[in-house]
Amino acid sequence: MTGRHLISIDDVDRAGIERILNRAESFAEVSGREIKKVPVLRGRTVVNLFYEASTRTSSSFELAAKRLSADVVSVRAAGSSIDKGESLKDTIQTLSAYDPAAIVIRSPHVGAARLVAGWCDAAVINAGDGKHEHPTQALLDVYTLRRALGSLDGLNIWIVGDVVHSRVARSNILAFGRMGATVTVSGPPTLIPRGIEALGCAVQPTIDRLGEADVVYVLRMQHERMHESFIPSLREYAARYQISAARLAPRQLLMHPGPVNRGVELSADAIDSPQALIGAQVKAGVAVRMAVLYELLAGTPALAAVA
Amino acid sequence: MTRLTRLFQRPLDPAELLIRGVHVLDPRAGLDEECDVLVRRGVVAEIGPAGSLSAPDGGEALDGSGKHAFPGLVDPHVHLRTPGQEYKENLETGTAAAAAGGFCALIAMPNTAPVVDEAPILTSLCDTARREARVPVGFLASITRGLAGTELTEMAALRDAGALGFTDDGRPVSSAGMLRKALQYQRLCGGVIALHEEDPDLSANGVMHEGTVSARLGLAGIPSISESTMVARDAAIARYEDARMHFQHLSCVESVAALAAAKAAGARVSGEACPHHLTLTHEVVRTLDSRFKMNPPLRGEEDRRALVDALRSGVIDCVATDHAPHARHEKEVPFEQAPMGTTGLETAFSVLYTDLVLSGELELGILIERMTAGMALYDLATPRIAPGEPANLCIVDLGARWQVGQNGYESRSENSCFHGRTLRGRVIMTIAAGRIAFRARMLAAAAAHARGAIA
Repeated sequence: MTGRHLISIDDVDRAGIERILNRAESFAEVSGREIKKVPVLRGRTVVNLFYEASTRTSSSFELAAKRLSADVVSVRAAGSSIDKGESLKDTIQTLSAYDPAAIVIRSPHVGAARLVAGWCDAAVINAGDGKHEHPTQALLDVYTLRRALGSLDGLNIWIVGDVVHSRVARSNILAFGRMGATVTVSGPPTLIPRGIEALGCAVQPTIDRLGEADVVYVLRMQHERMHESFIPSLREYAARYQISAARLAPRQLLMHPGPVNRGVELSADAIDSPQALIGAQVKAGVAVRMAVLYELLAGTPALAAVA
Repeated sequence: MTRLTRLFQRPLDPAELLIRGVHVLDPRAGLDEECDVLVRRGVVAEIGPAGSLSAPDGGEALDGSGKHAFPGLVDPHVHLRTPGQEYKENLETGTAAAAAGGFCALIAMPNTAPVVDEAPILTSLCDTARREARVPVGFLASITRGLAGTELTEMAALRDAGALGFTDDGRPVSSAGMLRKALQYQRLCGGVIALHEEDPDLSANGVMHEGTVSARLGLAGIPSISESTMVARDAAIARYEDARMHFQHLSCVESVAALAAAKAAGARVSGEACPHHLTLTHEVVRTLDSRFKMNPPLRGEEDRRALVDALRSGVIDCVATDHAPHARHEKEVPFEQAPMGTTGLETAFSVLYTDLVLSGELELGILIERMTAGMALYDLATPRIAPGEPANLCIVDLGARWQVGQNGYESRSENSCFHGRTLRGRVIMTIAAGRIAFRARMLAAAAAHARGAIA
């Protein structure tokens, strides 16, 4: 990792990603024990600051910090002084009074995590900032694929669906590319941002050539996009872009960042198919986020000595 | 009929000053040489060969050697936030910023709180300018009441109260029918109709230029066609009505093409470009610094080059800063939540000199012409350094280097998109309408010392 924060996938080079994932492998072993705790962050405080609804990201960050023995404070916008109109800067100054070692932030606004990093001494981890980035999701996706296939080098990965509104797509295009994969994005042209090729991916307006993919990464399709006329109807979207078991070859792997809209971007038979790694992705979340916290807060001593 | 004054400022003593051996560059006056310039009672009394003139009795002599004198710069597009948003800027601080940037006249926009949409509001604003403004300020009134785009203001009454023209700046006049009525009404009351061109259907909730950088950052884009299609539409209406129309802050290659086509077809249209659009591109938005958030947004390098080419050729008539001050707490938020706008008055000349003239993209003489052309578009006099003319000039040390913001700002706000940049060329004195409106601290100290020595 180049800095003391994880705000963008651009903050980590390939070697850094591999170091984090190797450490995550060791932490996965901890999660298999009866007592799932290591004492590396004992006495240190991790603040989880979530301005948006989240189940898997917030719970896995909380678990990750607790398994490293940190003290964890979780703040959600609803019911906090954020509800009373407190600015992000004032909230951060308030939380800084507790001297946190790390602040994990999820915000609906692009750049929020970067601003926070400028306002406090804590290590800042971006748990999703608007439609910009979600770097720990990308890391756990790379981790999941590496476990399934050994390496991403030379893989053909298709990211299908609502790319324009997806922070996962942006972080994953960058991370998959950095790990040696070739990335193609596909979806309705109204949901593919102009200029996305500059991130290093190809664009396909249809999934006619989906057969070329080794991995199909499906994005969540939000219902409100229909009312905004990005798509004429969910029925037409599903007809053209839904990934079903019939559209997948047995050798292709299927991923999704969750939560899934069953029957929209994925059919039930695809979700339940043996190629689906969706459950493995969720499971990877805790170990990978432990590794990120460790990387940022505990320095780089050999993990084996601690775990 | 009484002759109306349309520029307002605080009364100050007229300047009595000799500037010795300064390099005068005034392309319109045909001057590009070292001269002595004598200012008496605020008027350029005499221009002679360097070393030929002597200081007026009781007046000051300033050593201009190694310095340049340009006609005073003019800015036809600033936001002085008065009335109602004086926490961002007021007429005193806004005109102090202008004077520090070499400007001798400004035109302020009406999107204040309340909007300048009724004659009594404008009258009161002119009175405030007579008390507070260090350099002359003129005002535009809004085209529609409350900038709502649905009802025309009392344009004739507003003209009588001093309005130079009309604009809904900050917003487009979306309704072509409403715009057409305003242009027809212009035949009765005169005054330029100035337009902020943006099709809100296309710009939607965009916060930056639509392109590779917005794709990377996940920010909603403002496509260039949201501006250019409106320029083309409104130029066609202007031509049909034979109306006088000015396009504000043009930002993209397609708008330049639309303006050029309209001019070629004989439409009475003009256009302006801003220093930030002429020197920066959307690449800087990667920092997510809200100082780089403005409307229209910073666009691509191709757009920037097209703007510079158009400024050089005269398709774009003048430079305007769109000086848009915002308080720190308003800008210290995530990019999407920050208000649009950057300050510009204190940096305009130095930025354009550093990035366009020193890089060889634009000749200094053309830059001076374009930075002094804005008042003529509103039927006001263009500053000239010539005997008998009111003294409107700025003295600039082109060799000076300075860091933007290092010693703070004259403006009440600090949201300069050039904050921290090291620039070349610094204004050291501004004389506006015959009054010394600004002198650099060093010069001010020297002048005080000289006065003390005489006394």
